[in-house]
Amino acid sequence: MTSAQGNDGAQVLTARQAGLVGCHSCGRVHPMGTPRCSRCGAALHSRMPGSLQKVWAWLFAGIVVYVPANIYPMLLTTSFGATTENTIMGGAVELMHHGSYGVALIVFVASVLIPVGKFLAIGYLALVVDPGSRLGGRLRQGQDLHRRQRLFEVVEFIGRWSMIDVFVVAILSALVQLDFAATINPGIAAVSFSLSVAFTMLAALSFDPRLIWDAEQDLH
Amino acid sequence: MNQTTSTAQAPGDRVGPGGLDPSLLIACPTCDALQLDRPVPAGARARCHRCGTILMAPREGAMTRIVMLAATALVLMVAAVFFPFLELSAGGMVRRSSLLDAVLAFSSGLLLPLTFAVAALIIVLPVLRLASILYALAPMALGWHRARHGVAAFRLAEALRPWAMAEIFIVGVAVALVKVAGLARLGIGPAFWTFAALVLVTVLNDTYMCRLTVWKTLEERRRP
Repeated sequence: MTSAQGNDGAQVLTARQAGLVGCHSCGRVHPMGTPRCSRCGAALHSRMPGSLQKVWAWLFAGIVVYVPANIYPMLLTTSFGATTENTIMGGAVELMHHGSYGVALIVFVASVLIPVGKFLAIGYLALVVDPGSRLGGRLRQGQDLHRRQRLFEVVEFIGRWSMIDVFVVAILSALVQLDFAATINPGIAAVSFSLSVAFTMLAALSFDPRLIWDAEQDLH
Repeated sequence: MNQTTSTAQAPGDRVGPGGLDPSLLIACPTCDALQLDRPVPAGARARCHRCGTILMAPREGAMTRIVMLAATALVLMVAAVFFPFLELSAGGMVRRSSLLDAVLAFSSGLLLPLTFAVAALIIVLPVLRLASILYALAPMALGWHRARHGVAAFRLAEALRPWAMAEIFIVGVAVALVKVAGLARLGIGPAFWTFAALVLVTVLNDTYMCRLTVWKTLEERRRP
């Protein structure tokens, strides 16, 4: 760890500074201006064109569809003729009343904490790496870069796991079709929730991590 | 296993910026820092000297292992789709559902698009990803030249990685089981266990895979 962080500084030469372009998928180095990687065939860009615009666009789309996902019901439970509608939060609260605190926590974390945390984290990263924004210049030490990198890795890793709630709804509605006793059907919020997850995943995928490290130049 | 972690070397002052030979260098995909591309012994890991991202972690016989695991996962997938997955009984009624039933749960009205999405995420994309890994890497494991579209196939497998969500589905099943546990008696079918095994195999496969080594091998085994 210390060797990696102690190295921050003068002897780092990036591909861009050397007039080269590195492939983002296989690391192969090419002269600047080469259109495609000779090793893996990926399109070569020194930095992803319009990365931040795409991140903001997907992020806003994700936030917008997250609103109906919380307002409309996720589950429609019919038991002996009476239908109850459960929103995301309502489902978690009900699990808690039944005493399954562990599962309630999983549902709450996967469908509320993680999505909201992701919105905040992606927005923060996109603001902080943008040299045009006011927050952009506030880099005090090299440690911050590693912290931002780790935040990005966490967001990238964790994003897909929000899909859990949609799968739970799918399994429940396939399984619980016991005619009169109990039936569970999916609600419309399942659609907007999965869209929200997909959009935030796309936002994370559009983010070029090399932008995080470009801020290092301002440090010296 | 003896795992050493070495930090890759910066090209430093030994080569002037004018005289850099691109074929001797790697640019870190995460932070764009240039480093010398030196052979990494099997079992060791090379980290980027700037951001610490693991650049290479080759392992002995990894290609063969990846191909075997991918083939296993494909077979398990077929079993998981067609065998009964879960069984629910309450008040004398029994309801069996397979993986396909879970997919078809959204097939009414406005929710229809979600059926396609769920089918894609838990069945189609994982299968597609496994198949393209097999297609690209089986010739490598056997020591042949690379397949005609091997590079494109492996690129597809890499692009699909975030979207193949079989392991998330299995955790979803666990959550759903707890939710219905109070409501009815539950039985777990053979497909549940095959699917759980599938997830384990897929995770193992992803840890064995060193992407950079795969790309390099694909490049070396180009058809003459």
